[in-house]
Amino acid sequence: MHNDKKIYGIAATFKTPDEIINAAKKVSSAGYIQYDVNTPYPVHGMDAAMKIKPSKLGFVTLVMGLAGAALALLMMYYMMSVDYPMVIGGKPFFALPAFIPVTFELTVLLATLSTVGAMIALFFRLPDNQHPLHDTAYMKSVSGDKFGLVIEASDVKFDEKSVTDFLKSLHALNTEIIYYPEEVAYPIFQPKFIMFLIAISVVVSGGTYFMLNKLVYMTPFNWMMDQDKLTPQKPSELFADGRGMRTPVEGTVAQGFIPYPYKGQTNPTEVLANPFLPTKENIALGKAKYFTYCTPCHGDFADGDSRLRGQFPNPPTLHSKRARDFSDGMIYHIITNGQNVMPSYASQITRDERWAIVNYVRVLQRAKNASDADLIDMNKEAGSNVAN
Amino acid sequence: MSQTDFHYQKKELPASLSRLGIIIFVVGTVLSLLAFFVDQERAIFNYLVTYMMIVSIGLGSLFLIGLEYIAGADWSTPIRRIPEFFAMLLPVLLVLVIPLLVFNHDLFHWAHKEAVADDKILQGKAPYLNVTFFIVRTFVFIGLWSLFYWMMVRNSRKQDETKDQTLTKKNIRLGAIFIPVFALSITFTAIDFMMSLEPHWFSTIYGVYYFAGTVVASLAAITIAVLKLKEKGYFSPWMTDDHLFSLGALMFAFINFWAYIAFSQFMLIWYADLPEETFWYLIRWEGGWVFISILLMIVHFFVPYFALLTQPSKMNPKRLKFIAIWLLFAHLLDMFWLIMPNMGSMKNGYVFSWIDLVFPIAGTGLVILVFAFAAKKANLIPIGDPKLKRGIDFHL
Repeated sequence: MHNDKKIYGIAATFKTPDEIINAAKKVSSAGYIQYDVNTPYPVHGMDAAMKIKPSKLGFVTLVMGLAGAALALLMMYYMMSVDYPMVIGGKPFFALPAFIPVTFELTVLLATLSTVGAMIALFFRLPDNQHPLHDTAYMKSVSGDKFGLVIEASDVKFDEKSVTDFLKSLHALNTEIIYYPEEVAYPIFQPKFIMFLIAISVVVSGGTYFMLNKLVYMTPFNWMMDQDKLTPQKPSELFADGRGMRTPVEGTVAQGFIPYPYKGQTNPTEVLANPFLPTKENIALGKAKYFTYCTPCHGDFADGDSRLRGQFPNPPTLHSKRARDFSDGMIYHIITNGQNVMPSYASQITRDERWAIVNYVRVLQRAKNASDADLIDMNKEAGSNVAN
Repeated sequence: MSQTDFHYQKKELPASLSRLGIIIFVVGTVLSLLAFFVDQERAIFNYLVTYMMIVSIGLGSLFLIGLEYIAGADWSTPIRRIPEFFAMLLPVLLVLVIPLLVFNHDLFHWAHKEAVADDKILQGKAPYLNVTFFIVRTFVFIGLWSLFYWMMVRNSRKQDETKDQTLTKKNIRLGAIFIPVFALSITFTAIDFMMSLEPHWFSTIYGVYYFAGTVVASLAAITIAVLKLKEKGYFSPWMTDDHLFSLGALMFAFINFWAYIAFSQFMLIWYADLPEETFWYLIRWEGGWVFISILLMIVHFFVPYFALLTQPSKMNPKRLKFIAIWLLFAHLLDMFWLIMPNMGSMKNGYVFSWIDLVFPIAGTGLVILVFAFAAKKANLIPIGDPKLKRGIDFHL
């Protein structure tokens, strides 16, 4: 009946692990080479009974593991020391201890994945992933509670009758002749299978995309986010002209703000008068603000000798004749309005502080260009009698 | 499976073993006593190194016995008597610990009243780190270990005569109780005897670190004993390469575990870079210690890792024995590295002294002596154990 079919091998099932070990020993010592054992779980001692040499798969694991370690170190060296060096936690760019966990992970990942990959490729003989034992009653029973052994027809000692008798002599529960499937095809190249793979990848990638880019950004409630409000860079819906606020009436003055009448004039014909007396407190305030805002260019003592000298249009000294002849209002005007390269400081320094700085600049100018009378006054104040 | 018919004939260990133990022990003890008179502080620190080594072998062995029972392991059943013999070191600790308690002033900075008086941190730790509580803890832990040793080993030996299977069940229960007791007591022992040498320093993984080394040391000692007995024919004809492979594989696993824990401890401290933690490693990077630190990495991980990586290396008795002896030394070096830099005069670098060599000699002698003494009274194989047959027929 089956004469037109090609025999793959003869299978026998056994009841206990001891019997299958015994059978495997007998089969291997009878000189059969092309045979295999199928058990529902790994049976201890099977390797020795079948006289199997240690698997060479370990070398794949070792080589790929070492490759993984080297790759991880190279990758992190390139990223952290060459391509985008970044100081993290004050550690060196090549911080080996911090790289060890990643190296370890990549070693394990590459070693295991390539071991499994190599196992599938070698043992399943890709692309031929079809096996005559698939979909047989034998495979069903050895996936359940039986222990099976197949002697393959490709063995030189194979003979249908003698093998069947031999297996029966080992007290097999039953024997079965396994045939090759009628049509030899590569199932993984079948259009159906490829379509199935494509469908799976579309579903998986679509699902991943949806979950990572849509689902996690879905808001649980939106009545706070979607209310009418002013958002930067977008026209507002509060008013018809797209603005979020009304422009104030012409001439409106903000609280605490006095408009400067000479704004934008380079050479004002008239300036304000200094409203502050040079008291100790006022000069102290001026000194503090001077050191914050003025020293970076004009220098600690207004000599124009800051570190910017030589790298920039040189900041001018404030001890020049011209600067000393400025009225207080003119210096105030320059701070408020800016001059040449110097920008306006009106937004950083308040009005009162600007006047305090003016007072402090006056102090500096007087100290630098002191007259004899000043010295005498100073010595008097210090209680010294050395008049000259 | 090989259906070995097994008849056990009690075969005494040769008397020369005890004699060897006595000679080594006496020589070591004499030299150690001499060391005490030469440099008391260095001697007591070295004594602590050897003491912790003996704790490792004894306690690790009892842990492996408990583990075998609760995991239902077959392969180690025929050689279970070896860890049982080593575990007899535990009751001996009751005596061995006394010098450490007597000389606690030399060992522990926190035992100095005047040092605690002007140290806020030590005052905060004083409720735990004080001499009275320390002594109480120590004896409670050693007492618990001895108790579990006595109960489990008594059941195991009784089974040789009665063949009563319920004794195995009793030991499974005892093992299940012992493992958590072991986990806590070994952690506190490591903290008490080693971490508290530097009372300002702390590492939450310290107990696990010591545990990892403990299992390596006890497995190494068991492997050496098993291989020696196998060589002399005590375990023939049933012992196969597969038994040796299992011992080797377990050692391999635990040197990896040790490296994993050691690195975890180091990396977190290195990365956080807090002065209160890093100084412990900085001391071990000072002067000669830097070489010992690097040596420890090589000796305790890299060499045994590659030596045990392949299957034949775990099955070849000669190679396995070499690696086991190597690992015992590695653990000794580990203990030395943990303990000795805390000694006041050694903080700026390691200085060699003959004193460092004599205490392990006495320790080796003691271990041999205790092993021979324990082996005299019992069968070398648990002949009454219901798992014995499967253990003897064990195949990978």
